[in-house]
Amino acid sequence: MKHDFNKLTDIFDKYPKTQESLIAILQDIQKEYQYLPCEALEQTSDVLDVPLSKVFSVSTFYNSFSLTAKGEKVVKICTGTACHIRGAKLLQDQLENHLAIKAGETTEDMKFTLEVVACVGACAMAPVVVVGDKYHGSVKVSRVKKLVKAK
Amino acid sequence: MKEYIGVDGYQALAKVLHKMTPDEVIDEIINSGLRGRGGGGFSAGKKWKICKNIKAEKHYVICNGDEGDPGAFMDRSIMEGDPHGVLEGMMIAAYAVGAKEGYIYVRDEYPLAVTHLEKAILDCERSGLLGENILGTDFSFSIKIARGAGAFVCGESSALMKSVAGEVGEPRATYIRSVVKGLYDEPTVLNNVETLVNVPTIIRKGADWYKSIGTKKSTGTKVFSLVGKVRNTGLIEVPMGITLREIIYDIGGGILDDRPFKAVQTGGPSGGCIPESMLDLPVDFDSLTEVGSMMGSGGMIVMDDTTCIVDVAKYFLEFLVEESCGKCTPCREGLYQLHKLLEKICSGKGEMSDIEKMERLSENVMIGSLCGLGKSGPNPLMSTLKYFKDEYIAHIKDKKCPAGVCPELITYKILDNCTGCMACIPACGYDAIEGKKKEVHVITQDKCTKCGACYAVCNFDSILVS
Ligand SMILES: Cc1cc2nc3c(=O)[nH]c(=O)nc-3n(C[C@H](O)[C@H](O)[C@H](O)COP(=O)(O)O)c2cc1C
Ligand code: SF4
Ligand code: FES
Repeated sequence: MKHDFNKLTDIFDKYPKTQESLIAILQDIQKEYQYLPCEALEQTSDVLDVPLSKVFSVSTFYNSFSLTAKGEKVVKICTGTACHIRGAKLLQDQLENHLAIKAGETTEDMKFTLEVVACVGACAMAPVVVVGDKYHGSVKVSRVKKLVKAK
Repeated sequence: MKEYIGVDGYQALAKVLHKMTPDEVIDEIINSGLRGRGGGGFSAGKKWKICKNIKAEKHYVICNGDEGDPGAFMDRSIMEGDPHGVLEGMMIAAYAVGAKEGYIYVRDEYPLAVTHLEKAILDCERSGLLGENILGTDFSFSIKIARGAGAFVCGESSALMKSVAGEVGEPRATYIRSVVKGLYDEPTVLNNVETLVNVPTIIRKGADWYKSIGTKKSTGTKVFSLVGKVRNTGLIEVPMGITLREIIYDIGGGILDDRPFKAVQTGGPSGGCIPESMLDLPVDFDSLTEVGSMMGSGGMIVMDDTTCIVDVAKYFLEFLVEESCGKCTPCREGLYQLHKLLEKICSGKGEMSDIEKMERLSENVMIGSLCGLGKSGPNPLMSTLKYFKDEYIAHIKDKKCPAGVCPELITYKILDNCTGCMACIPACGYDAIEGKKKEVHVITQDKCTKCGACYAVCNFDSILVS
């Protein structure tokens, strides 16, 4: 995949050039490109003067980071405790079946990526599904397909 | 910010800076009995005192807003709704221990909390409440935000500090305490969001006022996230010492659909499940620990008779297996094996000897793990084994899941009162249901994956789980 890497400079400029900024920079990169492109990691390593191996180990340790590209819309199914006992498994099953992918995968047309997260902090309206940046609460089976209607 | 000042905001800061010495502040907090709301329940004032008394070039104050406990969102609402209260608490802590720099570690899933805190910090900097010579005194303090990146173990103090420094968040052995050698090896006070937000009020109204709320050993109030199968879900702030029954029935309005109560889970992945016979237990740090659960950060998840307790134990272990940092073997491998055993039981292949195996292994994991994640990881399993052994036995001996949850042990059937509304046919993702309009439908058992979709959509209670 081709990316416009000029944006990286803007990201780097926001932070002091120390290792303390590493996670924040990776988060901004993840936000910009939806994942951490290899080239961006190399540049980060150069700019911060942190060994590439360290950049990789941080990138793989934390759940928020992904080294593979994601679809246009990321669908997050909350599987936190409150959502779990209010039927998150069933929603996951339905979404996996409907999109024909497993959690963690992306549809072939790159439209949707399905993810599970442990609690998005909206437990009072469990079960919760987040599509893009929109939170859907008290999700019922009958609503599942509408959530991921390709627009 | 104006609103915050309108409700006496930053008066406590002014009071400590102008009228109190750091030691007086610490004594006031110790005297108030304020205990850490992040789980451990350690006296906040004592922690500050240890930190202050260590000679070092720098001291740090960190606010723990990681809130990893799935099913809890108290800290989120505090950071979003009262960011200045958190900042003021941190400033007072910093003044007490002599810190010039502070960090707030916020969970990645809470973008709005970050936005609100950033704005609050900026407002304080502009009006001279953060920065050099605050309120004309020689107290200087600055606060930065560090965003987490989705790792539960980073709520643990030493892992959190590594993460703030931009490293992989692996905990280290606890014989070196982080109040002594924390962030960048300097003495560091780490307090939970809710702990800190209590501080300004204590300073303003005095320790004696604070002590008058709650119980002798657990003073003040606690915020809980009351969720699960309860009628009124949401956040509640209650005085310590209130009973679980009052919380669930008086405040929570009882169980959803008036089903029977089964258990309430507190303390998140490190806590346990409390059965009905203990509903009159007062909620405070020590009582909960005594019964094998813990206060934790305040998640309170109510379960009814359709929640399978073995499945809940399996759920927590799966979570912990995912989140174990992998540094030490008992936690990494032990939790993995415990999870495997639970999977075996849920799939109907369990043997009675597995229970004993799980008990032994749990003990070893608790003894052998480095940090709190492993040390308390088997709690959800141990507590359910203790109070709900029958349900384990039903899975193992009778090959039945009484709650109708574990797919391998249940079947779905359509009863004769089916109206033939056809709602379940498209809901089933596996083409397992056949039927015509106004005729009783039938489930083809070989195709049925026991996902429960038909049960969830049926409006006529026509689906039987057994
Ligand atoms: C695995 C693990 C996860 C933790 N997660 C959190 C958390 O999400 N939030 C929190 O405030 N404390 C958490 N803690 C507790 C902290 O290590 C620490 O005790 C606490 O933040 C201290 O603040 P307090 O004294 O104000 O409670 C966790 C501990 C462990 C072992
Ligand atoms: S107990 Fe588990 S989470 Fe804690 S240090 Fe060991 S492996 Fe890591
Ligand atoms: S458990 Fe799903 S939002 Fe908290």
